[in-house]
Amino acid sequence: MTDRRKGVEVERRVQQKYIPATDAEREEMLRTIGVGSVEALFADIPVPVRLDRPLSLPPALSDPELIAQLRALAQANLDCDRATCFLGAGAYDHYVPSVVWHLAGRGEFLTAYTPYQAELMQGELQAGYEYQSMLCELTGMDVANASMYDGASATAEAAVMAKDLTKRSEVLVSTAVHPEYRQVIRTYVSPLGIQVADVPYRNAVTDIHAVEAALSDRTAAIIIQHPNFFGSLEDARALADLAHRAGALLICAIAEPLSLGILKPPGSWGADIVAGEGQPLGNNLNFGGPYLGMLATRMEFVRRIPGRLVGATVDTEGRRGFVLTLQTREQHIRREKASSNICTNEALLALAAAIYMAALGKQGLRRVAELNLRKAAYAKDAIGSIPGFEVPFDAPTFHEFVVRTPLDPDELNRRLLQHNILGGASLGRWYPELHDAWLVCVTEQRTRGEIDRLVEVLEGIR
Amino acid sequence: MYPQDLRYSSEHEWARVEGRQVRVGITKFAAEKLTDVVFVDLPKKGVKVKYMQPFGVVESVKAVSDLYAPISGTVVDSNTKLLDAPEVVNTDPYGEGWMILVQPEDPKELDTLMTADQYATMIGESGS
Amino acid sequence: MTVPGKRDFPVIFEFSTPGRVGSSFPAPDVPELALDALVPAEHLREEPAALPEVSELDVVRHYTRLSHRNFSIDEGFYPLGSCTMKYNPKIHEDVARFPGFSRLHPYTPPEQAQGALQLLWELERQLAEISGMERVTFQPAAGAHGELTGLLMIRAYFESRGERQRTKVVVPDSAHGTNPATAAMVGYQVITVKSDSRGNMDVDALRAAMDETVAAIMLTNPNTLGLFEERITEVEEIVHGNGAQMYMDGANFNAILGITRPGDQGFDVMHFNLHKTFTTPHGGGGPGAGAVGVKSHLVPFLPVPVVERDGDRFRLDTNRPKSIGKVRAFYGNFGNLVRAYAYLRSMGSEGMRQIAEAAVLNANYMLARLRSSFDRPYDRLCKHEFVLAGTRQKRQYGVTTRDIAKRILDYGFHAPTIYFPLIVDEAIMIEPTETESKRTMDEFIEALLAINREAKESPDIVRSAPHTTPVKRLDEVRAARQPDLRWKPQR
Repeated sequence: MTDRRKGVEVERRVQQKYIPATDAEREEMLRTIGVGSVEALFADIPVPVRLDRPLSLPPALSDPELIAQLRALAQANLDCDRATCFLGAGAYDHYVPSVVWHLAGRGEFLTAYTPYQAELMQGELQAGYEYQSMLCELTGMDVANASMYDGASATAEAAVMAKDLTKRSEVLVSTAVHPEYRQVIRTYVSPLGIQVADVPYRNAVTDIHAVEAALSDRTAAIIIQHPNFFGSLEDARALADLAHRAGALLICAIAEPLSLGILKPPGSWGADIVAGEGQPLGNNLNFGGPYLGMLATRMEFVRRIPGRLVGATVDTEGRRGFVLTLQTREQHIRREKASSNICTNEALLALAAAIYMAALGKQGLRRVAELNLRKAAYAKDAIGSIPGFEVPFDAPTFHEFVVRTPLDPDELNRRLLQHNILGGASLGRWYPELHDAWLVCVTEQRTRGEIDRLVEVLEGIR
Repeated sequence: MYPQDLRYSSEHEWARVEGRQVRVGITKFAAEKLTDVVFVDLPKKGVKVKYMQPFGVVESVKAVSDLYAPISGTVVDSNTKLLDAPEVVNTDPYGEGWMILVQPEDPKELDTLMTADQYATMIGESGS
Repeated sequence: MTVPGKRDFPVIFEFSTPGRVGSSFPAPDVPELALDALVPAEHLREEPAALPEVSELDVVRHYTRLSHRNFSIDEGFYPLGSCTMKYNPKIHEDVARFPGFSRLHPYTPPEQAQGALQLLWELERQLAEISGMERVTFQPAAGAHGELTGLLMIRAYFESRGERQRTKVVVPDSAHGTNPATAAMVGYQVITVKSDSRGNMDVDALRAAMDETVAAIMLTNPNTLGLFEERITEVEEIVHGNGAQMYMDGANFNAILGITRPGDQGFDVMHFNLHKTFTTPHGGGGPGAGAVGVKSHLVPFLPVPVVERDGDRFRLDTNRPKSIGKVRAFYGNFGNLVRAYAYLRSMGSEGMRQIAEAAVLNANYMLARLRSSFDRPYDRLCKHEFVLAGTRQKRQYGVTTRDIAKRILDYGFHAPTIYFPLIVDEAIMIEPTETESKRTMDEFIEALLAINREAKESPDIVRSAPHTTPVKRLDEVRAARQPDLRWKPQR
């Protein structure tokens, strides 16, 4: 077909590899429909809104050209294979076992839709049920959903849940919670008449006296992160007790679920809702997404939990099977009364997380957590001993810690780049009082040699 | 077809006068439209309900509906049996499937409700 | 009570054997200090989490077998209306896995992430051109997330103008459930306007519903009936005439690529479903990517950060005082943005138009062949999808749309979308997409016609379907009445 719009002829339609219809088939289909041309199928589009020119887009690339183009863009980025990464702050460089993406990337999982036709999709549903079960084991909560968008939005939705459950309209958020999570909470709750009050940190943990002073009968929830943004462990049980005495809920945000390989699960110390980021569980850094929101809570709150839930049941012959259940909470049935508007979630990443947790297993997850803890402790000790560098906070940490630096942290990072090292996150952009401080992260991926090299380079930079 | 001793609201609730109190539930028509009831959310004793305002929720696999009070008053009892056996709403909507027992504020509100024949006409008109 | 000889398909926990391992890590190369020397004992778990203990082969076999109990586009036809289940090109998987993308930390200094930022910039320019919008944000992780972002921006826009009386959002009665759910999340009251006999929004009803308390209308165009809103120019006049904003749900964008642009139709803001129109894989329910495009008056309210270009360098701008804030951490589902970018680069301008033309041709072909066997709510040519009703089969044979859908599974296809949109009784919505061949469509049509015959001649086989799937029809009522949401030992 040639195009004579505005007197310009374009080439005869190039057969596209993704569009199988041949010219002959098009003719046949048009005859079956009973129209003379494809244009006739668009006749009901009012003329004033029709495009009268081709779209102005770069020319189409063939596959080899596409690979070259994308490769050039990829190579212009300093990724964590090329540089040694000491950067954390909510996204973590962990080892992903080979089985994870060989399995999760299978076409049967990758190109499947949401399992609304349950009988046909038992694979996806069962994987979801197993994932939910593993999360419950990890967090010590009764029920977990099949995923949210990311840790930050999951925490925000938990805040909205707390308002619905307690009928109170204020949430207290520790400033030791990830700054971006706090920003997202505010964006989500602002139209709903929920007040957000910051509670300060002291010595890198939430100031419990400030919490006590801020609690009132308007408080729906206290939101903490554990380990928190500074990598420190919170006095979680005490905070949960405080919340409950005031009739409020305790929401625990978790940016590093691997910590639960050795830390007490939030369900055991009184968390009411756990909102987490599952990227560390078998998912890649991917420049910030897609990531994996996790939400887990008590059974009594199950009808208010947003997102999809997989439940076990039986078929007409008594076989165990799985279905999406309690769907009346969701938008496609409840519409404006839904707990949330979430529809598409992060199912594939939940699958990857489940495979990761299965591959690591009970012992493996503990071992990885121990490696993180011990390597970070070694690094913290070594860096803190360098003249000019100071570890200012003595709260116990998991795999991240704050370091006060003798030069501006951004300048320090620029110099480290010359040694192919990605240094810690400079904190001044979020915490002006920490303008001379750095958040260093050491995961199981960092060898002793790499840590020693960092220390050596830092000693030389003065 | 519809029990003559009950009164009916336009939102498919029924009301039965029992001495000075009024028992409330949903009609068979409503239960059939919902299909299998899986959950009922009812107010506790002491909660006040208002004429034609939502007082709870009934859920099936495919739908959720608000429950509307056919009369204003205070809840004196809630059918907690429905928490474990929501299906009773389908099998015995006028008996064991009752939902709340209300101490009415203004018994005259009952006069605004429909008789069984009027209700049957209403649903006959809207089709089933 | 199980059928003899048919064991339940095991869950991974059932393979667990104490002591088995499925992963490998280096020996610790730092001092193995006691855990409670580093962390106070009260923080430490007494027991490790009871995850399964399985070997690597156990993991591989289990998930491989699970994958065989799924249905995917790679395997077969997925005519789900409103979902645009088009082929997900394999080359996109390869490029998304380049370490320069997949192993890139989001807080990498922008100077060291120029390739990523350039990709975002170019993708934004291209989507802006395709849609007729000024700027595009990639923060939303899905369409519904995009709706939230768009409505939050509209709300902020009116706040900045002191127009606090605007408390309502208008949606058509055919709207996708996320539309009213999103409106409620942003504190708006939802007003529903009915559709007319041609399946368009009823313009007179809209005019009656519109006043200066309405903030926005949320429309899908083509709508969820698969029909183009013929009176869109009148809708635009009414909505803008009342000072309200037009939001477009871009779920059905596949039908109009290169043909008409939402920006030119008058829309102020729209979301794209990159996992529909732009091929990013559905992954069994996600991840998606819900980019949002806006006209210039809404640009100040975009979430932060925004990618800006200075010459040939790119940076992230967070200095935007009127921004609504953030709807998620970091920048967006970048992994899927790489895929969408690769798709746009492979298709180019002419490719865009061919997609829409082929998608609409395919749908009309299927409609033409099926129209006499099913009730049809609207007598119009469709766009990329169409809606039929199973009302005739229900009336004449006692066979419902659900039964028909379950029987389609026995024929080796995924069922179409059913019982949506809500305004069509026993709705069946079919969207073939442009990546399906005539042969596949013919096979599906033959299957539907065969099921139609079965409904008449042997309805029981349809009513008790599916028969050949790994499990038979599942008891959803029991699942809702007795929620069993996690595995526990000794069930």
